Amino acid sequence: MIPTEYYLFLGSGLFAIGVVGVLTRRNVLIILMSIELILNAVNINLMALSQYFKSVDGQVFAIFVITDAAAEAAVGLGLIIALFRNKETVNADEIDLLKW
Amino acid sequence: MLDLIWLIPLFPLLGAATQLFFGRHLPKKAVSTVCVGLPGLSFVWAVGCFVQFLGLPESYNHIFPKHLYTWLPAGAFHLANGSLGNLNINVGMQLDPLSCVMVLVVTGVGFLIHVYSTGYMAHEGGYYRFFGYLNLFMFFMLVLVLADNYLMMFVGWEGVGLCSYLLIGFYFQRKSASDAGKKAFLVNRIGDAAFLLGVMLMVVTFGTLDFHSITEAARSGNFAMGSSVITAICILLFIGATGKSAQIPLYIWLPDAMEGPTPVSALIHAATMVTAGVYMVARSNALFVLSPTALGLVAGIGAATAIFAASIGLVQNDIKRVLAYSTVSQLGYMFLACGVGAFTAGVFHLMTHAFFKALLFLGSGSVIHAMSGEQDMRKMGALWHKIPITAKTMLVGTLAISGCPLLSGFVSKDEILWQSYSSPHGSKLLWIVGVITAGMTAFYMFRLFYLTFAGQSRVPPEVEHHVHESPPSMTVPLICLAAGAVLAGFVGWPEVLGGGDWFGKFLEPVFENPNPIPALHHTRGEEFGLMVFSVMVAFAGFYYAYRRYVKQSGIARQVTALAGVGYNILLHKYYVDEIYDALFVNRIKNLGNLLAAFDLGVVDGGVNGVGWATRMSGEISRLWDKWVIDGLVNVLAAVVKLLSYPAKFVQTGVVQNYAWLITAGVVVFMIYYVLR
Repeated sequence: MIPTEYYLFLGSGLFAIGVVGVLTRRNVLIILMSIELILNAVNINLMALSQYFKSVDGQVFAIFVITDAAAEAAVGLGLIIALFRNKETVNADEIDLLKW
Repeated sequence: MLDLIWLIPLFPLLGAATQLFFGRHLPKKAVSTVCVGLPGLSFVWAVGCFVQFLGLPESYNHIFPKHLYTWLPAGAFHLANGSLGNLNINVGMQLDPLSCVMVLVVTGVGFLIHVYSTGYMAHEGGYYRFFGYLNLFMFFMLVLVLADNYLMMFVGWEGVGLCSYLLIGFYFQRKSASDAGKKAFLVNRIGDAAFLLGVMLMVVTFGTLDFHSITEAARSGNFAMGSSVITAICILLFIGATGKSAQIPLYIWLPDAMEGPTPVSALIHAATMVTAGVYMVARSNALFVLSPTALGLVAGIGAATAIFAASIGLVQNDIKRVLAYSTVSQLGYMFLACGVGAFTAGVFHLMTHAFFKALLFLGSGSVIHAMSGEQDMRKMGALWHKIPITAKTMLVGTLAISGCPLLSGFVSKDEILWQSYSSPHGSKLLWIVGVITAGMTAFYMFRLFYLTFAGQSRVPPEVEHHVHESPPSMTVPLICLAAGAVLAGFVGWPEVLGGGDWFGKFLEPVFENPNPIPALHHTRGEEFGLMVFSVMVAFAGFYYAYRRYVKQSGIARQVTALAGVGYNILLHKYYVDEIYDALFVNRIKNLGNLLAAFDLGVVDGGVNGVGWATRMSGEISRLWDKWVIDGLVNVLAAVVKLLSYPAKFVQTGVVQNYAWLITAGVVVFMIYYVLR
C-alpha cells in the first residue's frame, strides 16, 4: 500500500505547479487551467486523507469540488469569451480597468 | 290686491329670471308668452290696485303704505343738528296718487311696447336676452316708482340704469352700440353720484329716508325758506335727475342711446326711465318748494334744455335722433314745470308724453322695419300709402306733440306754458323760451313727418319693393297708443276750457304746499289768450315745415337748405360732444394714462424691484452655496485625495499582481506559524 505521505507530496507538487501557473502565465486560459490543477491537487489531498482517516467525508467533499470546478470552468470560459469580444485580448496584464 | 302690491314688480322679475336663466332653451313662442304675459299681468294688477286705491277710506290720507321688511337696521347715530337719530331703512312700497300715475304709465305703456317688440324683434338674434332685459327693466322701474324711501328708489334708479346700458348695447357686435352703452352708463354715474350725496345729506339732516317722513318734516316748518342745507339737497338731487333725465349738462348720452333697438328707445329712453328724474323731483316737491334757488335752477335748466335740444332737433336727419332730441326737449318742459312749482303740470306732461313719444318711437320703429333698417329720412318719402296704419298713427303722435288743440300734448304743454307765465316762480322769459320751443317742436316734428311720409319717394329701388306694413303685433300697440295720445289729455282738461282738471285734483294731496307764495292775479281771459297764442306759434312752425318740405320741390337741396354756419353748428349738435371730449374726457384719459404710468413705474416697479431683490439674494445664496459650502466639501475631498496618493499605486488593476500579494501573504503567515 502506498503511504499517505506520497499522495500528499503529489498534491503539494500539483498545487505548487498550479500556483506558479496562476501567478506567472499571462494567458487567461492557462490561468484557468492552472486553477483546475490547484483544485485537483486539493482533491488528491482530500482522497488521501479520507483513506487515512477511514472516513468518507473527504470523498464527498471531493465530489463537491469536482462539481464546483466544472461550474467554475463553464463560468470562466464564458467570461473569457465576453472579455475577448470587448477587449480583443486574453492577456491578464492587459486587463487593468480597475486601476486607480 | 293692494295688500299684494309687491306682486306688480315681482311679475316682470319672474319673467326676467326665467329668460336670463333658461331663455336660451325656450322656443320664441314661449319667450313671447312669458315675457309679454307677465308685464300684462302687472298692468292688470296695477289697474286693480288703482281701483282699490280710489276706494280707500279718508283715514288713509291718500297714501297706502306697505311695509315689507327692514333692510338696513343702521341703528342710532347723531344727526347734523346734534340730536340722536335712529335709521332704519325698510323695503317697502307706497301707493299714492303720484305713484299710481307712474305705475299705470309704466305698466300700461310698457306692456304695449312688449307686445310691439314681439313683432319688431321677431327676426333678431338674442330674442330671449332682449325680453329678459326688458322685463328686468320693468322690475327696476316699478321698484323705482313704488319705493317708499330714497334708498330703495336709488336701487331702482341704478337698476334701470343697468338695464338701459344692457339694452343700448344690445347689438354689442357693433362698436358704436357698445360705445353708446358705455357713454350712457358713465354719464349717468355722474348724476348718480350726486343723487347718492343728496341721499346721504338727507340721512344726516332728517335721520330718515322715508318719503312720508321727509315730506312731513319739510312741511312742518322746522326748516326756513331757502335753508342752505335744503338747497344743497335739492341741487344734488337735481344733478342726479339731469343725468337720468338727460338735461343740460348731462344730456349727451340720450341721443347716442338710439343705438339700441327701437322698442328700447320707446320704453326706456322716451316713456319711462328718462322720466324718473322728473318723478324724483316731483316726489321731493316738499323740499324743492323750500328752496327758491333750487327751483330757479330746475326751471332754468329745464327751459334751456328744452330750447337747446329742440334747436338741434331741427336739422337732424336720422329719424330716431330727431325723436331723441325731441325727448330731451320735452323732458326740459317737464323740469320747467317742476321748476316753477307746477309739479302737477310736470307729471301731467310726463304722462301724456309717455303716450305720444312712445307712439312716435314705435311708429319710427315701424318705418325703420318697413325700410329694412334704414334710419336716414333723406332716403325715405312718400310712405303714406305704403304703410298707412303707421303713417296715420304717426300723424296722431305728431299732432299731439306739436300741441294741436284737443290732443293730449296740447293740454299738458299749455298747462306748463301757462304755469311758467303765471306761477309766482315763473317769469315771462321762461314763457317766451317755452313758446319758441313749442314752435320749433311743431316744425321739426312735421319736418320728420313730411320727409318720411309725404313728397316724392327717395327710397332706393332695392329697398322700395320690400316696403310693407308691419304685422298686427306692431300696429295694434300703435293704435292703442294713438288712442292714448288723443285721450290722455282729457283727464286733465283745464278749467279755462270748461274741464274739471280731474288729474290736478287727484295729485293735489301729493303736491300740497302748506305755505304757498300768494299767486299773482291772472284772469281767465289772459290764460285763454296765451293758449291761443301758443297754438298759433305751433301752427306757424307747422306751416313753415309744410312750406319747406311739401310745397317746394328738389328735396335734397331743401333738406340742407339752411346751409350756413348756423346749420352746421346745429347739425354738429353745437359741438358739445367735442367740447366735452376736449374738456373732460381727454383730461380724464390723460389722468388715466398718468395713473397707468404711475402704476407701471411705481407700483409695478416696486413689485418688480422686490422680485429683482429676491432673485439677487437667491443668486448670492447660490454663490455662497457653490463656493463656500461645496468648497469646504471639495477641499476636504482634495485633502483625502492628496493623502491617499501613495496608496493608490497598489491598485494596478492587474489580477495577477493581487494574486501575487495574496500568495506572498499566505507564505508570510505560513512562515510565521512554522517558526513560532
